[in-house]
Amino acid sequence: MRRALTLVRRRAISAIPVLLIVVVATFLMLEAAPGDAVDAYLLSAGGGDAALAAGLRAQYGLDQSLLSRLILYITALGRLDLGWSVAFERPVLALIAERLPTTLMLMGSATALSFGLGSLLGVVAGSRPGSFRDRALSIGALTLYAIPGFWLGLVLVLAFSVSLRWLPIAGIETIASGKHGLARAVDIARHLALPVAALGFIYLALFLRVMRSAMAEIWRQDFVLAARAKGLTRHRIVWRHVARAALLPLVTVLGLQSAGMLGGSVVIESVFAIPGFGRLAQEAVAGRDAPLLIGIILTSAVLVILVNLAVDLVYAVLDPRIGASEARG
Amino acid sequence: MSFFRRLVSSPTGALGMALLGVIAATALLAPWLSPGDPLRIAGPALLPPFTDPALPFGTDRLGRDVLAGLLHGARTSLIVGLAAAAAAVLIGSIVGTVAGFAGRLVDEALMRVVDAFQIVPGFLLALAFVSVAGGSLGTVILAIALSAWAQPARLVRAEVLSIRERDYVAAARVIGMHPLEIAFKEILPNALPPVLALAAVIVAAAILTEAALSFLGLGDPNVVTWGSMISEGRNVLRAAPFLSVIPGIGLVAAVLGVYLVSEAAGEALGRGGRP
Repeated sequence: MRRALTLVRRRAISAIPVLLIVVVATFLMLEAAPGDAVDAYLLSAGGGDAALAAGLRAQYGLDQSLLSRLILYITALGRLDLGWSVAFERPVLALIAERLPTTLMLMGSATALSFGLGSLLGVVAGSRPGSFRDRALSIGALTLYAIPGFWLGLVLVLAFSVSLRWLPIAGIETIASGKHGLARAVDIARHLALPVAALGFIYLALFLRVMRSAMAEIWRQDFVLAARAKGLTRHRIVWRHVARAALLPLVTVLGLQSAGMLGGSVVIESVFAIPGFGRLAQEAVAGRDAPLLIGIILTSAVLVILVNLAVDLVYAVLDPRIGASEARG
Repeated sequence: MSFFRRLVSSPTGALGMALLGVIAATALLAPWLSPGDPLRIAGPALLPPFTDPALPFGTDRLGRDVLAGLLHGARTSLIVGLAAAAAAVLIGSIVGTVAGFAGRLVDEALMRVVDAFQIVPGFLLALAFVSVAGGSLGTVILAIALSAWAQPARLVRAEVLSIRERDYVAAARVIGMHPLEIAFKEILPNALPPVLALAAVIVAAAILTEAALSFLGLGDPNVVTWGSMISEGRNVLRAAPFLSVIPGIGLVAAVLGVYLVSEAAGEALGRGGRP
């Protein structure tokens, strides 16, 4: 437990400079853009005179110098104030808090699907490295990994929504259905089935391949030979010894893929018209909403740090050697 | 046996080389196979595939030739994939070499920057960059490189840290070579092989990222891309599903080709040392 606390403290301290770099870099990048939120607003409002534009700029603080705005932004961040979204006319934090749960649900389900099915198929492939079954599954996984998520989503829509009419085409739930409790949960699950599959199947291939190659490595180790010499059945060696030892690298991948999946959710949410965090990123880009875009990038960075911290904690529980030196230091 | 023959002798390598060969040939020969602007109107709108021999894959909503788009799209995908990966490896190699060779303070500072680039989802970064810099082929390449250089930088740094202690580096120091010369002439070339293996994966990822950006309408509007073709076809998904399906198959073939070749190359190299 002390080990875990030390790990958390260390990670939190090392995360601060990194997040600061993210904030400054994103801020400067978006500053370099021609035009600002007031231009975008005037464009959408159908125009306005120079006095109106100057007034709006003063109101949003856009007339101050770059450095003073950056300092203002960072001090506001300390109070958890992410600023004001110009496109939505609402606080950025409230917008993100509203959109994030949907995306976390989508990503959580997709991770569960890819981790569960991927590691299971990885055990099937890795139980006999080099066999036909292994080759077929490995090539299949490679093909799956080559598929763009948004295209897989469209193909799934064609198959299951347009042709078979089993599942709804888009959205997160039936609008104004008046459903409550279990009926509503089933409705949301039916809407999420295809996006989760489109997002999860690609990472399924990743987990399958990592599990398979880890197992192929472990088969060569002495303790497997010892298990064989003891006369254990092949089934028992595969599941209790080889697959179990191969789970550790898989946990690492769980952390590594979180950033990729967050990026993938932008496109998937756009394909399925899901009002989530990823869709918000696209809307921020379309609305030239710099405060919102910085908020989104910062939130996703924090999210990735948190996921990796969680993975490290799981790792420390699974493998007592990890973090022991950090705790001592 | 030469490296190339070992590569092609495995079934995965042969399949990968065949896929990449066809796509590379298409990309190179596109201006001759289908002359003229692929975005021009070539026939009636929404012509189904395999009905008109002049337009074998049919036409889209605006009557543009799908086959021409497919051929020219291969060009865009390969150019973006290769250029973005080359830029990412170049930036990564420079940063990684400097970080690994310069020592503590510079190393610490550069690696925090690498950390920052690794915790922000690459696609979000590319999306933000393209939205700022505008959608042209050059900015898309730069955006993808920007989202992909951190991993090669980390790898090069690790290699440099292990190589800088070798005897020949000490020898170079003794004969009075400039540290920069040692870093880029003696150390970097020896640190590159594992980075080149990673480069193949970056090419594949770059092709997929470009497709996703174009799909969201953030690519270069004056260039045909498979992603923008899929996005365009999506508007008539029910009536003409082939418009979205066909370019997607091109994407899968290109990315799969890169993966298969890189895997077979890894195996061939791994076997190379053994008798």
